[in-house]
Amino acid sequence: MTRYVMIADLRRCVGCQTCTAACKLTNATPPGVQWRKVLDIELGEYPNVERIFMPVGCQHCEDPPCMHVCPSTATGQRADGIVTIDYDICIGCAYCAVACPYQARYKVDKPSYAYDTGPTPTENKRFDEARLGVAQKCTFCSDRVDSGKAKGLVPGVDPEATPACVNACIADALHFGDLEDMESNVSELLTENTYFQMHTELNTKPGFYYLWDKERS
Amino acid sequence: MIRIGSILQTNWDWRAAGNFMFGGTGSGMLLLLVIAFYPAAPPLLVELVALGLVGLGLFLVWLEIGRPWRAINVLFHPQTSWMTREAFVAMVTFGLALAGIVLQTPWIIAAAGIAGLGFLFCQGRILHASKGIPAWREPSIVALIMSTGLAEGAGALLALMILAGVQTPSWLAYTFITLLAVRVLAWGTYRGALAASNAPPAALAALAGVSRVFLLLGNVVPAAMIGLSIFFPQHINTLAVLAGIFAVLAGWNVKFTIITRAAQVQGYAFGKLQKGHPLAKKAA
Repeated sequence: MTRYVMIADLRRCVGCQTCTAACKLTNATPPGVQWRKVLDIELGEYPNVERIFMPVGCQHCEDPPCMHVCPSTATGQRADGIVTIDYDICIGCAYCAVACPYQARYKVDKPSYAYDTGPTPTENKRFDEARLGVAQKCTFCSDRVDSGKAKGLVPGVDPEATPACVNACIADALHFGDLEDMESNVSELLTENTYFQMHTELNTKPGFYYLWDKERS
Repeated sequence: MIRIGSILQTNWDWRAAGNFMFGGTGSGMLLLLVIAFYPAAPPLLVELVALGLVGLGLFLVWLEIGRPWRAINVLFHPQTSWMTREAFVAMVTFGLALAGIVLQTPWIIAAAGIAGLGFLFCQGRILHASKGIPAWREPSIVALIMSTGLAEGAGALLALMILAGVQTPSWLAYTFITLLAVRVLAWGTYRGALAASNAPPAALAALAGVSRVFLLLGNVVPAAMIGLSIFFPQHINTLAVLAGIFAVLAGWNVKFTIITRAAQVQGYAFGKLQKGHPLAKKAA
């Protein structure tokens, strides 16, 4: 069995948003839609303040509430744990968006571009009408994972089989891999470090782990 | 808990709220209408108004979805989706109600009323399943949605039957008052549970903002009007109609607020620190 998960090392993330930019470039998301984004968080009170950068996005939950509520079965889950959306079935009711506790889902009803003057040549080329009026979110770059695996590459190890945000990370803060493989990069990181998952009280069992060493809850 | 970025959701707006407002009143009204006239068929006009309200709510939802011409896909996931179940129950409700009108068969008419109650239950469960919105996922919202739908239905039925000149059963006014009391209880329970569950302050503030109007104008005043009608029998119809309208409008205001103004998202948070490989812990 395979269970793909992502790890964000909050001790290493510098908030450069390169992952955000890489995601936007790879997935051609319109303005305002960020499948991967990094929160800039200030904690504490002067003079004891701390700034933390937290990458967020779809957590590819083991028990995804978005999938359970979806009335059209557009939201599904692959055997490897990646939560998917079938744009051709989705009716755009946004029930999944209100069911997701991680603000990971977006719905765009009209084409929107970076500039008021209309689409750039790249936006024109990569415009996907199928994504209008339906839910969209991070795919864990499943197309890259699949094509890489087809070539015998290992997701999370070989860049060609790894999500774009992980490849782009300049601080080695983002990691991707198979949790079921006890020898994998992500297994090693989770074995050797303390970590947390977000909103575990909701029993979604997120596939996104944050390496961290200070109790904050 | 440190909560970060809890903003107001904008995916469901007044159109979604309309489904809970009109659908709740219509389905509650249908159930009470069937009970009021059973085993006879209810007055056609009043029944059509109840069905019309449910239909209006569903139409508003249809206006909101991004791909309206694929709306039939809403029926694909009855295994777990309360939205699918609501759609199925709506079809059954309309089918039975229309069959009851044509065939005048008591059990079909009764089944339509029960289906209306099922529709109301589905509405409550739709909100409860919305894990991303603390004000919706609170379990006691199911009781609130059902109780206010029934109270609104009773109020609307009372007003409409008087306005239409239909003989009103005497128990309807007492049922109306009882349902108002139940929804006040449900409202208090809901708000108390939400406050205890560490819901976003903005959501609590939005609910607090409508609470006084809801309790006074939506429940106390209508109940008082029904009480006063005993002493002023010459104004009984006017008072009952006003009481019904007040109860309905207050219920709509609360549901509109819950959907559009108290719907802060969960936000992001730090979780409890853990140690050890997750699967190793699971196996242990």
